[in-house]
Amino acid sequence: MLFIATGAAAAVGTGATIWPFISQMSPDAATIAAGAPVEVDLSAIQEGAIVTVKWRGNPIFIRHRTAKEIEAAQKDDSARLPDPEPDAKRVQRPQWLVVTGVCTHLGCVPLGTAGNRGSYDGWFCPCHGSVFDTSGRIRQGPAPKNLPVPKYSFASDTKLVIG
Amino acid sequence: MSGPSTYVPKSALGRWFESRLPIMGLVHSSFIVYPTPRNLNYWWTFGGILSFMLVAQIITGIVLAMHYTPHTSMAFQSVEHIMRDVNWGWFIRYAHANGASMFFVAVYIHMSRGLYYGSYKAPREVLWILGVIIFLLMMATAFMGYVLPWGQMSFWGAKVITNLFSAIPYVGDSITVWLWGGYNVDNPTLNRFFSLHYLLPFMIAGVVVLHVWALHVVGQNNPDGIDIKDVKRDSLPFTPYATIKDSFAIVCFLILFAWFLFYLPNALGHADNYIDANPLVTPAHIVPEWYFLPFYAILRAIPSKLGGVIAMFGSIAILAFLPWIDRSKVRSAKYRPAFRTLFWAFVVVCIGLGYLGSKPAEGGYVIASQLLTAAYFGFFVVLFFLSAFEKTKPVPATIADAVLAKGGAPAPAHS
Repeated sequence: MLFIATGAAAAVGTGATIWPFISQMSPDAATIAAGAPVEVDLSAIQEGAIVTVKWRGNPIFIRHRTAKEIEAAQKDDSARLPDPEPDAKRVQRPQWLVVTGVCTHLGCVPLGTAGNRGSYDGWFCPCHGSVFDTSGRIRQGPAPKNLPVPKYSFASDTKLVIG
Repeated sequence: MSGPSTYVPKSALGRWFESRLPIMGLVHSSFIVYPTPRNLNYWWTFGGILSFMLVAQIITGIVLAMHYTPHTSMAFQSVEHIMRDVNWGWFIRYAHANGASMFFVAVYIHMSRGLYYGSYKAPREVLWILGVIIFLLMMATAFMGYVLPWGQMSFWGAKVITNLFSAIPYVGDSITVWLWGGYNVDNPTLNRFFSLHYLLPFMIAGVVVLHVWALHVVGQNNPDGIDIKDVKRDSLPFTPYATIKDSFAIVCFLILFAWFLFYLPNALGHADNYIDANPLVTPAHIVPEWYFLPFYAILRAIPSKLGGVIAMFGSIAILAFLPWIDRSKVRSAKYRPAFRTLFWAFVVVCIGLGYLGSKPAEGGYVIASQLLTAAYFGFFVVLFFLSAFEKTKPVPATIADAVLAKGGAPAPAHS
């Protein structure tokens, strides 16, 4: 009984002492505070343009999609997708696609400038060749998942809140 | 197999000290009278070269840390400050940066030597595994050191490598956030990498002590892969024979080092790393330092994220199992013609993977990477079966026989 009690106390004490050394590695209060939601004015983003804003240290792509791009994204809902997800589930309003601009393979920023958008007219990751479509879904290459959709909401028709 | 130490300090003070801490006797038995096989060739000088490089890296690194600032807003500037303002800063930084490359040149030769001459075979398994651990620590140290200048390659290299952990099912993303201390590679990441980059070399030094200890227990392997049977006939004392030979080899190696340091200080680096880190723009070609290229090629060859990560770590981990994969009783490739061919094929595969790792991941390069990745692992599979039934040549009975067969002189008497 005494041995069990001593052993248990030692195990709990060791765990309680080690925990601060593990926990200190996690994001600190300042980092979490700096990750508060950001507002984006949408009125300046023209149709067909992709705007990159920084949130929590990562690029967020805001894409004002054209009718053609929306159509392409919806048509491909039935295509063979490595990470199947219908376009309707990835957007709140079809003309606005909001995705985190971090390749789900190893974290590079995919290219979205005209001429560098890859064969599905979405994004192309230069690091290891992943290709994304106009819904930010993975179509080719080593990335296992679609570009993630961050938490966001429309404060008004022209104001987007990310986070 | 420590040498027959007959060490007795000459002075009374020395005898007084020796009876309280016999450290001079340890040095005497380990580095003075320690018997080294008399057939050792120059491939056996890389242990000494590596020890020298470790010390050189630690000294230059400690000096750099006196002038460097581990903060995202100042790290890049402080490196330029070292290059331009600090007295001899350019020399110390180039010595440290090129020293890392030289360290890997030496370690790859050292490992190839061990592979060729079967230095991983019984009774040297623990010695070999300690070497694999040192290699892993070296890779971690070099990777974190490359992040510190906070250039574009620093940042994106850090991002790609830390993202490897996100491939772990379920907990991967939480682990990367924990490793970063944020939502991206940022100041907390740089800070902890600096701390660990300072720590790891001393851990390497600790494992090197174990590595040398294990070596001195089982004794050195040699080009004929046979044990010392008669210390007088088969071996030479460490000092002066190995001491002088190792010193000469270090000087020759330093000529190569100096050539890079003074004439090609940026040849092994990347121009992109002279651009301040920018988390919003990925360089067109992210390429790691040359010594990681073969493993990078393996990572990219597998068309699945988790699979690529497993293959890459597996390509290093498999080295630790070499003592059991290779089942041949004969150690040295000198007496194993089939293994010798296999060894050189493996070297070509590794160099090929290194070349492919430097190329963009597209088209034919990907297919070639996949073929060579298969060949890399194929080496171990073939070795496992080949070593069970390969025909070996007769091995000389003793080291003295092997040397004298080539017309060498009998060993001089030991002092």
